[in-house]
Amino acid sequence: MNIQGENKTQNRVVALLPLWVVIGIFMIGPLLVMAVVSLMKSNVYGGVHFEFSLDGYKQILFDTNLFGEREFNPAYVIIIGRSFVLASLATIISFIIGFPAAYYISRQSKKVKDILIFLVTVPFWTNLLIRTFAWIIILGKGGVIESSFIFLGFINEGDTLNLMYTNSAILIGLVYSYLPLMVLPIYASMEKMDMRLLEAAADLYSSRISLIRKVILPLSMPGIIGGCILVFVPCLGAFIAPDLLGGGKKLLLGSLIQFQFASARNWSFGAAVAMVLLLLVILVLFFNARINKKHRDYETQG
Amino acid sequence: MKLKDKKLKFRHVWNFPGFGGWTAIFFGFLYIPILVLISYSFNAGKFAMIWTGFSFRWYTKLFSNENILDATFNSLIVACTAAPIATIIATFSALALVRGGNFKTKEFSNGLITLPLMVPEIVTAVATLIFFAFLGINFGLINVILAHSVFCIPFAYMPIKAALEAMDPNLELAARDLYSNKSSAFRTITLPLLTPGIISGFMLAFVISIDDFIITLMVAGGGATTLPVYIYSMVKMGVTPEVNAVSSLMLCFSILVVTGYWFLNRKNNN
Repeated sequence: MNIQGENKTQNRVVALLPLWVVIGIFMIGPLLVMAVVSLMKSNVYGGVHFEFSLDGYKQILFDTNLFGEREFNPAYVIIIGRSFVLASLATIISFIIGFPAAYYISRQSKKVKDILIFLVTVPFWTNLLIRTFAWIIILGKGGVIESSFIFLGFINEGDTLNLMYTNSAILIGLVYSYLPLMVLPIYASMEKMDMRLLEAAADLYSSRISLIRKVILPLSMPGIIGGCILVFVPCLGAFIAPDLLGGGKKLLLGSLIQFQFASARNWSFGAAVAMVLLLLVILVLFFNARINKKHRDYETQG
Repeated sequence: MKLKDKKLKFRHVWNFPGFGGWTAIFFGFLYIPILVLISYSFNAGKFAMIWTGFSFRWYTKLFSNENILDATFNSLIVACTAAPIATIIATFSALALVRGGNFKTKEFSNGLITLPLMVPEIVTAVATLIFFAFLGINFGLINVILAHSVFCIPFAYMPIKAALEAMDPNLELAARDLYSNKSSAFRTITLPLLTPGIISGFMLAFVISIDDFIITLMVAGGGATTLPVYIYSMVKMGVTPEVNAVSSLMLCFSILVVTGYWFLNRKNNN
């Protein structure tokens, strides 16, 4: 594969050097600095004192009361819990919406397939902020849904359904944001699927339900797991949907972190929460890598 | 005819009833909000959500709004600087990683490229904010450009890598056999063949940079407002038809670029 040449190692180093330097300084560097900041005392004016302290992490669980005693404070645990629940729900809903669509697309002719997959990817490349605030027009007071309900006579003029600033609104926003990321990997694994297996199952009197359950689902499992992770991980750290559709009242991990730096000016706490989020993501990715490896081992053996 | 229909149905055990309709709903869910936004940008009335009639007035108003023009200009400066930087780094990396055979730091370098995709964007944003604050780097747009250059690398890398992998390395070998020296073989064979891939990578990096909001919001200081950040501040004050108009233009721009990318790659694949 290689072009025979002298100085191959040297060329490689020269070619990769910009990558190492840029990502090393401007990606790994910031993450390390953030880890250090999370272990320091916060300065009320933003920034930190150079003094070791676990206050940032302790603050996630505890609060100091009037008497200077630490007591358990559930507020941030609730936010972490809400992020988990909403991210999980968004993943499940995306799967329910995305799975049949991915299957249907994978069974089309090459030409139709290409166009449909292109249409799935287009929203991903457009501005997430704008796509999310489009939902304000739909869900908001006097928006598309409310005015059509009024037009149809379901509700009275001036009444409101209070669709905005709820957990459901955030959930809609999350599903809408990351749905394409569910469909693409599932589609990729379904496209490779051997259709003769389906025929064989049908010949052996498999019902359609068990065809899905026993053949299609297991065969597309790598794509399903990949899609679930691609949806779950960004949902966990989402900022735009909870901020615009949740009105900043229902905080999620992502908006909590942003708030610490934009308004609360508690850097070490914000950095500590960011570290927790990063850790959760690393755990999910590690879990995924293990499943993938197992699957590969199984495939090479079997 | 009836028999034939039955036969066809029998053969296609893999067609499930209702999946087609479900897929239509799926695409509706993806595109209806975009269509609603664009159609409401032509609303004549002052209130964004109440339809009163068709008009271009908000679009013409955009061009006299200096804040929007400034923000657009900033966005373009950032994308026009960050996207080429990311594309150049991605091109060199792809050449080394795809053509360089197996070597010790390959896994590590692959990991570095995907790192910006793995780390949640909000974490990247605040980490970069802290980092710049500690180093005292406070140069407005330059901060944004630096952050974007890093974040865009993986997006520029993907199509370039794909183009390199699809290319036959024997072409360059043949040129070398015919006494072309290494650099001229690269210049006359590899680079021209790789150009569509590089352009694709540039386009994706450009779109990602233009559309980026979270990192820009955290990293940009005063005077470095880009268009998405400005749109955000407008939305926070309330959705107006003007926001709808500028947002529609942004959406259309991204969609146009990505469609261009798609046609470029499709031609390439055929």
